[in-house]
Amino acid sequence: MSESMINHPHIDTSIFLEDISIRYRLPTERIGTFKEYVIKIFQGRIKHNSFLALKQINLEVKQGEILGILGRNGAGKSTLLKVISKVLVPTKGRVWTKGYLSPLLQLGAGFHVELTGRENIYLNATLLGHSRDEIDEKLDEIIAFAEIGDFIEAALRTYSSGMKARLGFSVASAWQPDILILDEVFAVGDIAFQEKCFDRMAQFRKNGATVLIVSHSIDQIRDLCQRAMWLDHGEIKELGAADQVCDTYQAALEIK
Amino acid sequence: MTLKNSARIYDSAKRKPPAIEELLALIRYRDLIYQLVRRDIVTRYKRSVLGIAWTMLNPLGTMVIMVVVFSQVFKTAQNYPAYVLTGIIVWTTFSQSTSMSMSAMVWGSQLFHQIYLPRTSFVVSTILASMVNFVLSFIPMGLIFLITKVPLSPSVLLLPVFMVFLFSFSLGIALLLSTVAVFFPDVVEFWPVVLTAWMYLSPVIMPLEFYRKILNGLLLYINPFYYIVNLFRILVLDGFVPHLQTWAATAFVSFVILIIGWVFFCSKADKFAYHV
Repeated sequence: MSESMINHPHIDTSIFLEDISIRYRLPTERIGTFKEYVIKIFQGRIKHNSFLALKQINLEVKQGEILGILGRNGAGKSTLLKVISKVLVPTKGRVWTKGYLSPLLQLGAGFHVELTGRENIYLNATLLGHSRDEIDEKLDEIIAFAEIGDFIEAALRTYSSGMKARLGFSVASAWQPDILILDEVFAVGDIAFQEKCFDRMAQFRKNGATVLIVSHSIDQIRDLCQRAMWLDHGEIKELGAADQVCDTYQAALEIK
Repeated sequence: MTLKNSARIYDSAKRKPPAIEELLALIRYRDLIYQLVRRDIVTRYKRSVLGIAWTMLNPLGTMVIMVVVFSQVFKTAQNYPAYVLTGIIVWTTFSQSTSMSMSAMVWGSQLFHQIYLPRTSFVVSTILASMVNFVLSFIPMGLIFLITKVPLSPSVLLLPVFMVFLFSFSLGIALLLSTVAVFFPDVVEFWPVVLTAWMYLSPVIMPLEFYRKILNGLLLYINPFYYIVNLFRILVLDGFVPHLQTWAATAFVSFVILIIGWVFFCSKADKFAYHV
């Protein structure tokens, strides 16, 4: 594959992965406590099975490109996204990214029910790495987008689940990312709010963000992406023009 | 529209030593630390009307019990109530902050699987929040000093320096513990037992003379907590500025523990997200 010929990121590179492997070491028996661990050391009974979640992945994504990622559950899609977003440091290989990545955070994770909406905006946005000044600047926009009105000064425990989700989305998407990661359906709330979510995502794309789309819907990938990647058991099965990869993936699914 | 932060590059091939990288990341995320400390303090005091009062009633209550139980036993000790109270305040700060930092780590681990954050954030913010509570506990301490007529000398102005040492010591121990707790959750259960033993091996409740007799005082000198509580009592109770040796010993012990804890934690931090 031509991908393996690249050995350094270029000026227009957005994401660059070189020979990435992720190895999980799973103990053959689950050792959950320190006590068990010490006992088993003395008995010489600690054995590990290693499991490769990703195997020698090479990939370069250019700025502004829209790449689709296909694959069954457990193929390594989320592991790959974790590597790109700096959550997992690869066991082997090099990961290089440029710019601000949209967070993979479950919406509203890190919210505290006793704090007000406004306080939670600051807490959540600093968790995503934004500074106080950046948040001050976007605060009004975040509140307006979430459509929670006067509730902004009320404790989060008085919010409906829809309000929490809207606030979470509003914070997570307040900043234009350089790399936008769309993991499955990325929309919350009622139909009208979902419409706003999609509009915002479209705006990010239009502004030139690199986009990674993980989806089970082959049609969605065919529609949106120029290029697609098919991951299977931690390896790149195929990487190329979206139409072609979608065809082979679909064919493979039908055989099963 | 120009893309924001376009210059921010992450390259796993060009990483600094973990301990230094973590420190730089923490400085970059300083606004997060502020928000986390604020959250800890605000939520603690929002929950109940007695919120702030509890921080003060807790050491006071323990002190009253200790005084009632032990004042007949330790007749030699001068002003036993003030001695016990100073011991308990420092000990409570240390023991609560280390226990709480482990739960903060467990809470934070769900976030570590989803987004990048400096791994030390939750431990550092927990210890900082307990420093705020430590300062609040000066109020009941001042009250008891008034009642038992302990004069305060200008040496209390050096308490901020003492707090740097208490912070470093607690943070170092908390980092060591939290690292282990990520891999073995039963450490959370085990730690209170260690703390109980450690407290009775330290001059918290029983008078200093008692420990001086054991092994010619060796029991004191090998106990890092002794250097902490000793400095606090000199500044607050004895009311003089200690010798340079005393400062140096406390500074050495607390900074060495902080550095060991920090380096150990950072060397394992990459593995946290691997641990499911």
